[in-house]
Amino acid sequence: MLNSLWHTLFAPGFFSSSAVWRALSMSAAVAVVSGMVGVFAVVRGQSFAGHALGDFGTTGASGAFLAGLNAVWGFLGVGLIAGAIMDTLGKRAKERDIATGVVLSLILGIGALFLYFDTTYRNTTGAPMTILFGSVFLVDPSLLPFVLCFDGLAVLLLFIIYRPLLFSSLNVDLARAKGVPARLISILFMSALAMAVEQSAIVVGALLSTALLIGPAAIAIRFTHRPGKAMLVASMIGIFSSWMGILLAYDSYNWPPVNRGWPVSFFIASIILLLYILSHLRLRMGTRRGKKVLQEG
Amino acid sequence: MWSVWHFLFAPGVFRDPFMLSTWEGASIVAVLAGMIGFFVILRGTAFASHALPKGGFAGAAAAALLGINTLWGLTVFSVSGALAIGWLGRRGRHDVVIALILVFLLGSGALFLNLSDMYAPEIYSLLFGEILGITPAEVRDTAIIGLVSIIILLLVYRPLLYVSVLPESAQARGLSVRRMEMVFLFLVGLTSAVTVPIVGALLTFSLMVAPAAAASYLAKRPGMAMILSVVISLASVWLSILLSFDTGWPVGFFVASLSAFAYFLARFATARRRAIFPKAHRQPAEM
Repeated sequence: MLNSLWHTLFAPGFFSSSAVWRALSMSAAVAVVSGMVGVFAVVRGQSFAGHALGDFGTTGASGAFLAGLNAVWGFLGVGLIAGAIMDTLGKRAKERDIATGVVLSLILGIGALFLYFDTTYRNTTGAPMTILFGSVFLVDPSLLPFVLCFDGLAVLLLFIIYRPLLFSSLNVDLARAKGVPARLISILFMSALAMAVEQSAIVVGALLSTALLIGPAAIAIRFTHRPGKAMLVASMIGIFSSWMGILLAYDSYNWPPVNRGWPVSFFIASIILLLYILSHLRLRMGTRRGKKVLQEG
Repeated sequence: MWSVWHFLFAPGVFRDPFMLSTWEGASIVAVLAGMIGFFVILRGTAFASHALPKGGFAGAAAAALLGINTLWGLTVFSVSGALAIGWLGRRGRHDVVIALILVFLLGSGALFLNLSDMYAPEIYSLLFGEILGITPAEVRDTAIIGLVSIIILLLVYRPLLYVSVLPESAQARGLSVRRMEMVFLFLVGLTSAVTVPIVGALLTFSLMVAPAAAASYLAKRPGMAMILSVVISLASVWLSILLSFDTGWPVGFFVASLSAFAYFLARFATARRRAIFPKAHRQPAEM
């Protein structure tokens, strides 16, 4: 009885498959880094930029493929350059959304051209789909050292600029008046964001990189106002949702209508959206009891 | 003389029957996206205009799974995505809500694709556009729904402009800011649904953002900005079709580059003017 319940929850072979263990550990690493960087991305209102950086991966990967380079350099190169352009063009808050949009459209257009060359001269078609939708089960182990290295670099950069970044994210005018080099901090944060997002786009695809960057951080901010704690909570939520997603995707191999499993991206994205909506409801009940909400998340 | 003409306009670019549908369909899309784009820029909703065409892609995959017309799937998903953004956006940050709705739609798209056996070229054409394969039936559908969207847009033009520029004052005058926002998002969703099947998600997004962004730096009055946006949008689409026909390269690349080029040109031209005449300083929002 207990055994059959166990088998319904965890389909046989879940704990003995090395692909599952790799997926669990890689997605946890991605969730932690995305959660930490994501808190700042959400507070600074850079969700669009965070998503755009993930989409740049399509262009980066197809460009690197065309040039015969390792995909990592394509991802990072396009991410860092386009990130710097977005940041420079969008100095004022009003311009930021538009600048991000124009740069994203341009980079995607260039990506369409690269993909066309890839399919014409090198005969591949599946690449864009893999990058866009991704799958935690298809991680190329040879990329892992690069990914972990840039992960570490992104977190290190975040810790170095932590205090001035926090100050200028909460009140940029005051920070500037106190002598914080807000422009420099902004571009450094964009580089950290680019590194974090590009490496997670390599591991889990552009779709999940946005989901794990924005969702957990936005939920965490609703529960705590201390940035350090928010980063911790966001990482935990990210790990929880990606592990749940992996478990459900593994179980879904015997689900109707076809026996080939449902995509893990679908599960993780749905879990995160569901948690976000639930956090809204909880917060509303909380405010009704008279709790003061200081921050919109 | 003829050789120059043929170099510029490859033989058949105007006469082939399938090219006729391409010109018609692409022009309708350019006008529609250029008009909506004016409000996209004014209200700063470039993210929504990226998310809805791309998320509508899930609808196309669902339609393929159920074996119904792609347009229906796209309409249902883009419009309900738009309404969900408007509804959830009331109590949270807009950009966060858009990002989460987008990934949810894309995740569902991945699921439907997985279940339905769609071919990679079909997906490629939905995302990046395959402008040279438009059928007359698609042009007809786009023309009808596009006309409906333009009529709605012209009907709400004044209140929407008021709400976008001076929300507090509009609210005090009895206009519902939220309702206008819903109407606007609905229009973006509807526009995405009709334009994505014929030009792809990328092209729709490019045309909804870049031409209007360029126009916002050049025009002084709102009506002028909207007309200019349509003109830039049409010019980049027409030029792109010619270039794409000549080279065989994807049309999405040309539209994205040309309209981004227009944006950079407009922005830097006015930046220099501003430096010379500081009094002419004008932010795009204050058009």
